[in-house]
Formats: sequence, structure tokens, C-alpha cells
Amino acid sequence: MSTAVTAESDRLRSASRTRLLASRPEFGAFIGALVVFLIFAVLSILRGDVGKGFLSIQGAASFLEVSAYVGIIGVAVSLLMIAGEFDLSVGSMIGAASLAVGLLIVQFHLPAFIAVVLTFLFAFGIGAFNGWLRVKTRLPSFIVTLAMLLILRGAGIGITRLLTGNTIVSGVTEASAGDPIVPLFTASINIAGGEFKIVLLWWFAAVAIATWALTRTRFGNWIFAVGGSDLAARYVGVPVNRVKILLFMTTAASAALFACIQVFSFGSADVLRGANKEFEAIIIAVVGGTLLTGGYGSALGSAFGAFILGTTQLGINFVGINSDWYQVVLGSILLLAVLANTYLLRRASGTR
Amino acid sequence: MKLSKRIAALGAAALIAGACNSAASPAASGGGGGSADRSGILIEVVTHGQASDPFWSIFKNGVDQAGKDMGVKVEYSAPDTFDMPKMAQLIDAAVAKKPAGLVVSIPDKTALGPSIQKAVAAGIPVVSANSGSDAYKELGVLTHVGQDEEIAGEKAGELMKAAGVTNALCINQEVGNAGLDARCKGFTTGLGGTVKVVQVDLKDPTAAQQSIAAAVQGNAGVNGILALGPTGATPTIKAMEQLNNTDIKVATFDLSKDVLDAIKADKMLFAIDQQQYLQGYLPIVFLTLNKLYGLQPGGGQPVLTGPGIVDKTNVDTVLANTGTTR
Repeated sequence: MSTAVTAESDRLRSASRTRLLASRPEFGAFIGALVVFLIFAVLSILRGDVGKGFLSIQGAASFLEVSAYVGIIGVAVSLLMIAGEFDLSVGSMIGAASLAVGLLIVQFHLPAFIAVVLTFLFAFGIGAFNGWLRVKTRLPSFIVTLAMLLILRGAGIGITRLLTGNTIVSGVTEASAGDPIVPLFTASINIAGGEFKIVLLWWFAAVAIATWALTRTRFGNWIFAVGGSDLAARYVGVPVNRVKILLFMTTAASAALFACIQVFSFGSADVLRGANKEFEAIIIAVVGGTLLTGGYGSALGSAFGAFILGTTQLGINFVGINSDWYQVVLGSILLLAVLANTYLLRRASGTR
Repeated sequence: MKLSKRIAALGAAALIAGACNSAASPAASGGGGGSADRSGILIEVVTHGQASDPFWSIFKNGVDQAGKDMGVKVEYSAPDTFDMPKMAQLIDAAVAKKPAGLVVSIPDKTALGPSIQKAVAAGIPVVSANSGSDAYKELGVLTHVGQDEEIAGEKAGELMKAAGVTNALCINQEVGNAGLDARCKGFTTGLGGTVKVVQVDLKDPTAAQQSIAAAVQGNAGVNGILALGPTGATPTIKAMEQLNNTDIKVATFDLSKDVLDAIKADKMLFAIDQQQYLQGYLPIVFLTLNKLYGLQPGGGQPVLTGPGIVDKTNVDTVLANTGTTR
């Protein structure tokens, strides 16, 4: 859009290193994560908890584990939101995928490997259907995926009760013992007295791949383009529909991954799993610097957003604050993060 | 003369056959006749128990089985979330069907009271089940079938105290449920020690487990944990395994397979069973007999189904019936 002259003047404009750093979308989330960590660290020191609780290796392993779970869906939802869409069905998808993998193993006696493959295929199918409905009907994704939220949750309850007469599928650990695929979801490593779960690796890998895809590939450019302006992207030849459908498939797959890790680690599935996680994923994306309107955001930022969420949730218990207040703290952080991000974005664009 | 003798003989035969039947299979028990009329008896059940809750699955099994055993028609409904206005509407809708009897749970008497009173005013006998021990008398409900949560909590506290617990956490997985608050309150009384309430999310077992582990580390000197339900108990057991802590005594309200396995493996001291199968089953029996013969439990006292204690001594019997009646 810009002429050669303005591009030239943009290129020549000098900006300080700190200002460049501060104009990155994940900068606010990074500072937020640091502040949240320091607050709980100071509270722990005041309690005399050094080397135990929050400020211990095991403590870190605990709050990182909680962060990692929500981080996996958070990063996928961030990509989708950068492309200007919502997926409210991820929470229900977690529930449905948990039940799918649990029932396939316990009820249908399938090997864990096949159950996992089928569950991912199911998730890809639902994601593709969400995306297809969105692009074909032109209905807002908010509505399409809200409908899917209800359908998946209800079908999960209905089918599970029909098959088992119960709403919990237990006995997954026993039924899948010895299957070579299980350690992929349950392995853990002991580092200096802290038990770090493999879910962390999945999270890091998801964030790394998403960051690479977003900043280094053509597909990443397409995501920003689609989120910036659907129509303009279409005019310059971006396969808008394909991008959107693929991203809906990614969020559904992230929910399936969340479900597999949780079901194999916990040994059971139940029909309530994952409820409200759709909101946590949106919180993570927004705190991480992704705009609700699309076109702007960061995959790395979602990692900081997830870190803030997990750290706050456990930190409150570690320092003995009454857990009744968790949601107040979380809501306040969300508000502060959005205000900070908007301010930073305004400053960043104001430098132009 | 001859005819009446034959009728008498037939009646006797029918009685004997009926008695044999009822001994062999309760489902076929016609008793002293009248079984033919029973299929026309409709009993409506409205609870706050969402179909997704494993606890209520067992309750509903009791309702369904009692319907079969009594030979009456039962219809069960519940709001899809803990939504009292919606539940009041469901009660109104059930009353509109003019059933022979109505079973309701009353978690909130202010919200549900008017609808229940409407049913009573319309001449429909009502029995409350599960929650409502504080409300059933004033609303004109025939009787209440359930567990007094505070008494049950006290029992849990006494058992914990006997096991040497002085400082405990109370894991609340469903904030906003007054019954759970009463359990914690009774527990505090029974224990006579320090009790701190920890809130966890029943929909996210991983976060719940880590929250409980964090709370144990954040509250020095904790030597007992009472979970208020299986969705809090399983993460508690996992948290104890994670911390490698076998000194802290763990107990819970209500049963699940995980809970029973933990009792068997000495990872959990006991579970308080409110025997919700009875809460689903008995009201149907009461209302059927009330419709047929005008019978009703007397004395105006609630029918208590709990606290039943499940510990190492009886866990095998309970395990054999898990998911159906326990």
C-alpha cells in the first residue's frame, strides 16, 4: 500500500532498541509474567518459604504443568484469533476427545495407539466442520462454535451414559498399560527433586512451531493477512477459506492433545472435562497480546499468558491466600493486561 | 355359594403365587393385587442433579429401578446447570402433567418453595430427596429422604479425630452448594481442630491436584484432608502420591471407583456414603404406596440414608456394586 518513498523513510527512521522491544505484541505479557512471578516469590519469602512451596523445583514443576495444559490450547486459539476467528468449542472438544479416547480404550478394548489416532481424526473432523460451516454460511464463528460447544458437551454426556450408564470412564491406566504410545503423554523426568511432566515438552514444541509458522512462513503471513482484512487477503490471492479451516482444525487438535495427556495421566475421563477452558484459552491469547479483532498477536505471547494463568492459580494456594479469591485476581490480571497491551500498541503505532 | 368358594380359592392361589413371585423377583411383585392399575401411575422426579454428575447417575438408577419394581411410570428431569429458576420451571412443568406424586430435591428453598407449594396445593403428594431437610416441613412435603449434611460432616470429623488428625483441609469442589458448606461446618465441629477450606475446579483434575498439593505446602502442619466429593477426592489422592506423603490422613464424602480403590490400597481412610440409590428408590416406593393405599411415613421426621461409612472392612461389597447402586 505504501509508496516507495514512505517505505524508504520508514526504513531510515531510527528507533531505540528498547522501543523496538516494547513494540512487540508479547512484551506486555512478558512483563506481566515477570510481575506475577515476583509477587508470589516475594510473598513466599515473607512466609519463609525458600526452597519449598512456590520457590522450589517441585513448586515450579507444578505451576508449569498447570500452565502447560492451558498453554497448549492457548497457543492454538491465539493463531485462530490472529486470523480473526473464535473457537468457543475447545473446552467441549477437550471433554469429547477425553471421552472418545477413554471409551475407545475401556469400552471398545482398542489398543491405546489406535484410540489416540481415531480421537485425533475425530478432532480434525470436528475442526474442519467448524471451519467449513464458518466459511460457507458466513455466520460469525462465535455462533458456529457456540453451537458446537453445546452439541459436543451434550453428545458426550448422552453417548457416555448410553454406553456405560455412568458419567465417568475410569480404568484407562489399567487398560492401556504397556502400550508404547502412553509414555508420549505421561512420561516425566526428575530434575533436582522436581517432577517435570512431558506436557511441558508438548507445550514448548507447540509454541515453538506456532512462532516459527507465524513469523517465518508464508502460511504465517496468510494468517495475519486474513485477520487484518478478509477481503483484502482474498484479493491478493490468499486462500482465506483454507487458512481458516486449517486453523479450526488446529484448535480442535490442540484440545485432543490436551485430552490425551490428561486422560492417560489421570487414568479416567468424565463428561465435565475441559468446561470453561475456552475462556481460559481466550484469556491466554488476549493477555499474550493478541487482539480480539484479529490481525495482530503473537504465539510466544500466549506462552506468557499461560504462565500467568498457571502461576496465579497455584501461587494463591502456595502462599496460603484463600482460594476463594482466585477469580478476582485472574479477572484483574486480564483487565490490566488488556489495558497495558492497548497502551503499548498505541505507543508502538504512534512511533510511526 | 359355590361360586364364591371358587373365587376365594382363586384369590388364595393368586396370593400364594404373588408371594412366590415377590420372593423370586421383586420386579414382579404384585402383592395383594392392584398391579394392573399401577402402569397408569406417573411419578415425576425433578432434581438439581445434572445428568453429567456421576453421583446423580446412581440416584437416577435408583429412581428407574424403583419405577420398574413398583410397576409405575417415572419421569426424571433436571436443569442442565445448577440453575434454580430453571429448576422451578421444571417443577411447574412436572406439576402440569398432574402426576400421582412428585419427588424434588430442594437445594434452595427460597427459589423452589413457591413451585413446590403450588404442587402441594394442587393435591399432589410431594417427597423431597437428597437436599431439603431444612425446608420440607414448612413446605408441606410428606417426608424427606436424605442425609443430614451437618450430622454426616460431624461423623467424618469424629472419625478423623480418632485417627489423630488435628489440622485439616476441606476440599470444596462446588462453591455455592450450601450442602457442602454444611459438611465442612459439621466436620469442623466433629474434629474440634483447625480446618481450612480450599476451593478447587472439579472440571480440571490436573489443576485441582496441583492446587491441593500447593495448599498442603502452603499450610504447615496439615495432617488430614477431607474431600467433599469424588471429584475432589481423586485429585487429593494424586496430590498425596505426587508429594510422596503417606502421613496425611485422607477421607472423602461420596463414592467413586477411584475412592474405593484408594480405600482398598490404604491411601484413604474412609468415605462417607449417603447411599443416594436409596434417595432415588425410596421416594418412588413411598409415593406409589401413598397413591395406592394412602400409606405414608409417620412422625414428621426425615428418613436418613446416611452417613454410611465405607472403609477397609466393607469396601469389597461396595466395590462389587459400583456404578449401579453405590
